[in-house]
Amino acid sequence: MRQRLVVIGNGMAGARTVEEILARGGDFAITMFGDEPYGNYNRIMLSNVLAGVEDESGIFLNDLSWYADNGITLHTGTRIERIDRFARMVYATDGTATPYDKLIIATGSRAFVPPIPGLHRPGRGYHQGVFAFRTLDDTRAMIRYAKEHERAVVIGGGLLGLEAARGLQNHLPHVTLIHAAGHLMNAQLNEVAGETLRATIERKLGIEVVVSAQTTEILGKHAVTGVRLADGRVIGCDVVVVAAGIRANAEMAAASGLVVERGIVVDDQMRAQDEDDIYAVGECAQHRGETYGLVAPLWDQAKVLADHLTGVNPFAEYHGSQVATKLKVAGVDVASMGLKEPERDDDESLTFTEPGKGVYKNVIIRDGRLVGATMVGDVKKVAFLMQAFDRGLALPEERAELMFDLGGPAGEVKVEDMPDDEQVCNCNGVSKGAICSTVQSGCKTVSGVMDKTRAGKGCGTCKPIVQRIVEWAAGGEVEEDPAASYYVPGIPMPKPELMNAIRLHDLRSVSSVFATLGGEEDAKSKMGLASLLKMMWGGDYVDERDARFINDRVHANIQRDGTFSVVPQMKGGVTTPAQLRRIAEVAEKHEVPMVKLTGGQRIDLLGIPKEKLPEVWADLDMPSGYAYGKSFRTVKTCVGSDFCRFGVGDSTALGIALEERYQGIEGPGKMKLAVTGCPRNCAEAYVKDLGVVAIDGGKWEIYVGGAAGAHIRKGDLLTTVDSADEVMVLTGRFLQYYRENANWLERTYAFVPRIGIDRVREIVVDDKDGIAAGLDAAMEASVAAYRDPWKDRDQPATPGQFRTSLPLTVLPQVPVRA
Amino acid sequence: MRAIGTVDEIPPGEGRTFAVDGQMIAVFRLRDGSLRATQAVCPHKGGPLADGQIDRKQVLCPLHLNAWDLTTGCSLSGQPDLAVYPVHADDNKIILGDA
Repeated sequence: MRQRLVVIGNGMAGARTVEEILARGGDFAITMFGDEPYGNYNRIMLSNVLAGVEDESGIFLNDLSWYADNGITLHTGTRIERIDRFARMVYATDGTATPYDKLIIATGSRAFVPPIPGLHRPGRGYHQGVFAFRTLDDTRAMIRYAKEHERAVVIGGGLLGLEAARGLQNHLPHVTLIHAAGHLMNAQLNEVAGETLRATIERKLGIEVVVSAQTTEILGKHAVTGVRLADGRVIGCDVVVVAAGIRANAEMAAASGLVVERGIVVDDQMRAQDEDDIYAVGECAQHRGETYGLVAPLWDQAKVLADHLTGVNPFAEYHGSQVATKLKVAGVDVASMGLKEPERDDDESLTFTEPGKGVYKNVIIRDGRLVGATMVGDVKKVAFLMQAFDRGLALPEERAELMFDLGGPAGEVKVEDMPDDEQVCNCNGVSKGAICSTVQSGCKTVSGVMDKTRAGKGCGTCKPIVQRIVEWAAGGEVEEDPAASYYVPGIPMPKPELMNAIRLHDLRSVSSVFATLGGEEDAKSKMGLASLLKMMWGGDYVDERDARFINDRVHANIQRDGTFSVVPQMKGGVTTPAQLRRIAEVAEKHEVPMVKLTGGQRIDLLGIPKEKLPEVWADLDMPSGYAYGKSFRTVKTCVGSDFCRFGVGDSTALGIALEERYQGIEGPGKMKLAVTGCPRNCAEAYVKDLGVVAIDGGKWEIYVGGAAGAHIRKGDLLTTVDSADEVMVLTGRFLQYYRENANWLERTYAFVPRIGIDRVREIVVDDKDGIAAGLDAAMEASVAAYRDPWKDRDQPATPGQFRTSLPLTVLPQVPVRA
Repeated sequence: MRAIGTVDEIPPGEGRTFAVDGQMIAVFRLRDGSLRATQAVCPHKGGPLADGQIDRKQVLCPLHLNAWDLTTGCSLSGQPDLAVYPVHADDNKIILGDA
């Protein structure tokens, strides 16, 4: 018989946990009890309903048909009053009893209403004119009442109180916010930030704010006439909204014998203390001493519980959440995460204030990681800070970059301010509106939206903004995509795990990786796996040609009309009259439609039909320049010391030596290098994956992680060395470290900041981890296994390797330039 | 039903283009040995689909990595659908048309 799963609570936590269980194929007979008479709705959006920017219908998450479609028995408007832990039954106030095998308590929380005289009328609940702000019914009643009145007082200056105050302004002219603590949002903000926020709220929104104010009485017998404060002041009003915090709904659990402190005490698997089959999630749960009133921790908890209950991962553990909050009040930007003030003597704290503009920014750094940030009045950097905070990223050396955009592209536009028809992805022509409608149609992962719309699938620079739009459109409900951490989408493993598994099972071909680790062959994963296996096994890799992208099958770069481009090697950008003459002859003989100098100091023959590639290579009789692979590409050089009157190092000789040694080495992304003979940087070495700069005194600086493509970044100085030989060794070692550790298609400009330049230096230069010799040996093996692919020409690797795929189309289609 | 070429003209897991009555058809040989046939030209920007990478379900155009279901021709990335043709192998012969 199927196990009976009973869920008490049909709010966001209960319904989300059930969704996660269903998504994992969990096979339970599910019964849910909801106190409210509705399906499940997004409580976070109630402030939008109050503010009139969202329709009630827009906040429902699962309508009743969802429960029916998934075979869930839903009892709405039914309150559970008791759990019998021994008989494994739950009893409802309507007298019914329901047996369970597994029980989830997701009763959430309720508004905390301080005991203020006059709030309640004897026997009638709240005084007419007094509202809590918690449920859809509260919101509806509040709107109805406020429309007919003039002055409102909101008690509570936290997130919810601020949102309530702002929302009420849509329904009546005067709003006063009363807060018991010394400054607004005191749970998230320090005093200066709270004071900055107060000034903005008063000046920009016209809401009067009274802090350090204890409300002692609600005045008025039949109708509310005002509130009295502890200092005797009376503030006249006819509506009172209480938003003074929340309390876990845990009384029923406590009365049933569960351990309850501020919430139901649970372990790392969300299991109630001392119970085998009772779990609690969401705001009613207390984990490691913390109760959460935000939605993000709830998502994390629901996933862990679903992993555990369905057996997908019986040992899944929740370790608590780092919380970040954003105030959803139009025109007032507040974001905060982690600490609001430094805690230890050696915590770094940076603060910027500009009171005239209502701007306050603060970041707190511990051991090089972001542990807290507050942004008031300017949240441009918040997306970056959230990432750094969540993932513990290495921080920029220039700490001010945490707070400001220094140089580089202009500040980020606010997603909500962008018009719907604004083009977000300039490669594939995808508008903000198209992304939003994809999210609304139910696709709530960033990668899912990218797949469906192709946004961010071109050069990739718009990915961060696509992500922000998806997050915004999903209203804080963006689903984390586990595949984001996979090396390739088809094998559910991050790179280190995947490499271990490949070694463990001795997998030497792409098809054997799918068969052993992935289940199904996946076209989108083949190229990345082929690159990884070639790097790991070198000459012992079993090369299946279908795993290669077309460029790597025919050693040329496919063009828009299906023809190819041929770029012969021209080491360091140095050529000879004989080579030029040969190239000219080949171009004439084959009527090459375009001959072009590339950005990497080489000559490109464009418009070569596939079937003519072997003949063109034979006529050229030059090695491949690798202008087509995810591989080592070129070494750009300047004239250097032989001729240049400024040159201080022989950059051309070193560039040629580097290219000779590392030619054709494949990797997770392209590797473009440069060597420049003096800091004037004619070879643009500062913006290469690895750039070498000669400086006076016979020394060389090595920069890594630079880029000047879709993304522009100056490389970080790895080290300065005394000889060209050291440059050769460190280049190989760095490239090998990148090959072994970068994600598929992760260029060095993302890889180096992710690891942190200090850490890269420790490994590559100082050999702190003791792996330098291993890296050098692995690179040496790859170098030794190198073979010029253009020698393939006499003996095709597969039948029809160079057969045209467009036999009837007249080629070329691109216009021929004289 | 007609033979348009031989199976060993197509390496496992790849595609090749065949000309049939003045039309171009891409034939793919899946790694399970079965064949699929679609129009040869990508409806997005004219890419050569036979140069694309495949698995047991889909083909990716080599130009912009749009994806189509090899069996139904349905686009998996918001493009027009592909024409698909019945195809099977008879010994080493590629036979176009219903079995």
